[in-house]
Amino acid sequence: MTAFIIRRLLISIVLLFFISLISFFIITLTPGSPYPWGELNPKVSEDVKRIFREKFHLDRPLHEQYGFIMRDLFTGELRSIKDERPVLQKIAERLPATLVLNLGALALSLSFGLMLGVYGARYAGRPPDVITSILAFVFIALPGFWVSYLLAIGLVNYAAVPILGTHTIGVTFANGLEVFLDRWWHVMLPASILAIGGIAVQSRFIRASMIETLREDYIRTARAKGLDENAVFYRHALRNSVRPLITGIGMLLPALIGGAVIIENIFAYPGMGRLGYEAVLERDYPTLVALNFVTAALVLLGNLLADVLYAVVDPRVRLE
Amino acid sequence: MITTTPEPLPAAAASPAARALRRFKANKIGLFALGLVCLLGVVALTFFILDRLGIPWPMDPNATNLERKLMPPDSVNWLGTDNLGRDVFSRLLNGAYISLTVGFVAVFVSLSIGVTVGAVAGYFGKWVDNLIMRVVDAIMCFPTFFLILTAVALVGPSIFNIIIVIGLVSWTGTARLVRAEFLTLRESAYVQAARALGQRGPKIIFRHLLPNAAAPILVTAVLGVPEAILAEAGLSFLGFGVQPPQATWGNIIADGKTYILDAWWLILFPGLAILLAALSFYLTGDALRQAVETRSERQ
Repeated sequence: MTAFIIRRLLISIVLLFFISLISFFIITLTPGSPYPWGELNPKVSEDVKRIFREKFHLDRPLHEQYGFIMRDLFTGELRSIKDERPVLQKIAERLPATLVLNLGALALSLSFGLMLGVYGARYAGRPPDVITSILAFVFIALPGFWVSYLLAIGLVNYAAVPILGTHTIGVTFANGLEVFLDRWWHVMLPASILAIGGIAVQSRFIRASMIETLREDYIRTARAKGLDENAVFYRHALRNSVRPLITGIGMLLPALIGGAVIIENIFAYPGMGRLGYEAVLERDYPTLVALNFVTAALVLLGNLLADVLYAVVDPRVRLE
Repeated sequence: MITTTPEPLPAAAASPAARALRRFKANKIGLFALGLVCLLGVVALTFFILDRLGIPWPMDPNATNLERKLMPPDSVNWLGTDNLGRDVFSRLLNGAYISLTVGFVAVFVSLSIGVTVGAVAGYFGKWVDNLIMRVVDAIMCFPTFFLILTAVALVGPSIFNIIIVIGLVSWTGTARLVRAEFLTLRESAYVQAARALGQRGPKIIFRHLLPNAAAPILVTAVLGVPEAILAEAGLSFLGFGVQPPQATWGNIIADGKTYILDAWWLILFPGLAILLAALSFYLTGDALRQAVETRSERQ
């Protein structure tokens, strides 16, 4: 167990190194002006450009630039081009909102994906399975921004579901519970829309895994014992869905965080996705490097936790 | 779908491709989806050619008519008009080729990279494999859409850049798949035999390994197209897609969102087009996967 965790930690450190290289290279190797203003903007003098290059170490060779950026990132000294505030601080401000949104969407994806997938597998090949399969593909094919607008029209006109921000503005709540409920009430719609694709992907994954499991010898044994099909299915086979559930976390997180860029914009939700979009608009590349790095590192952490959790749940893993 | 045999052979003697084709033909949903894909291709190509020939049909997609702005669907403008009085139906047809071009070419780029990288990792194994797969794992940690958005914004949005960036970001799945296939196939008797006969790496890769991994590669390719279409639509929606005045399904929605409460047709129809296009590719790909999966056959 300990050896397993240590091994996973070592691999994660290697991955983190590659992640840092990749986030650095997206910014430096892409052709195009490094300046937040236009390359040919006549109002920007050569001096300003030189000071800018020196300040962000753009006059140094690539490997030194990488060293500077990573050092600044880890010491918290990396500053945004736009407002010169430390990038990590800007990200930290957005982190709670992002976690709530993405973990909410993740929970929805895993739970509804499990239900839909198990339901499909239970009726494999029969009409309920065909219908849920098509439904799953419709979910995957739905553009999130489109659903957001369609739902927003409906909800603004016919229901009181909030579609902007994280909390009701200008209202003081009596107690913490009400504040909490207000937050969840606000995050519900964006999280649900964000989860649509995840539910579908996860359901396909669970369905395939369940059908695979049903071919195992121990299922045949259970049936041979004379257990009824429901007991075989829900007691014996379903347990093996822990594996795709946990792998699902690693698969879904990058897609969720990426999709959140669009959803957060539509719902004026102050998360990291919105910060990213603002940074993109301003070509604020220190923020972009940091955001790409931090989000990828978060996904890595999520995977690591999932792996460890998995080893705790499934004794077979420890032997590997 | 991949290859056709002149006439159906008896089941026992049929090649795997022929059996796959037979199974695909039996899948009604798959056939219907494939039909939609073909229809979409024909529509996109037709209106692309019409546009290049300068034939404005049913209307010029970029002609403005401020007297008829934000008109709901009627007999003149079948799907209504936008805030500049441009015909939404014409713009949808005109934008179709953008989505499909991005879909197909980005998949081509990502397949080229993915197959090469996966083949190298799977064939050589050992530390080469280890190094490559760690890099793949690292890339897979990145939130895909944000990575694409960052890169496109930095390079500058154009159809060429969008295709390259989507292709460069989305090859990891293919690489993993090809590697896994190669690792299994490498140990098979016929590859051992080829090696014993003195055949070299490239020949083994291209003659023996790749053709045998072709089926799952084809499936990922088909399933990759809608991913690219959706990514392009998202980019267009955020203003980093193919630039106006060229109509794309994403930017019609982006322009229309300002008039959301007055002009629902600006949101509804382009979104339906994206949904339908992506869905038909997904269903085709899934039917194809079921058709080539040999596992179910053995059972």
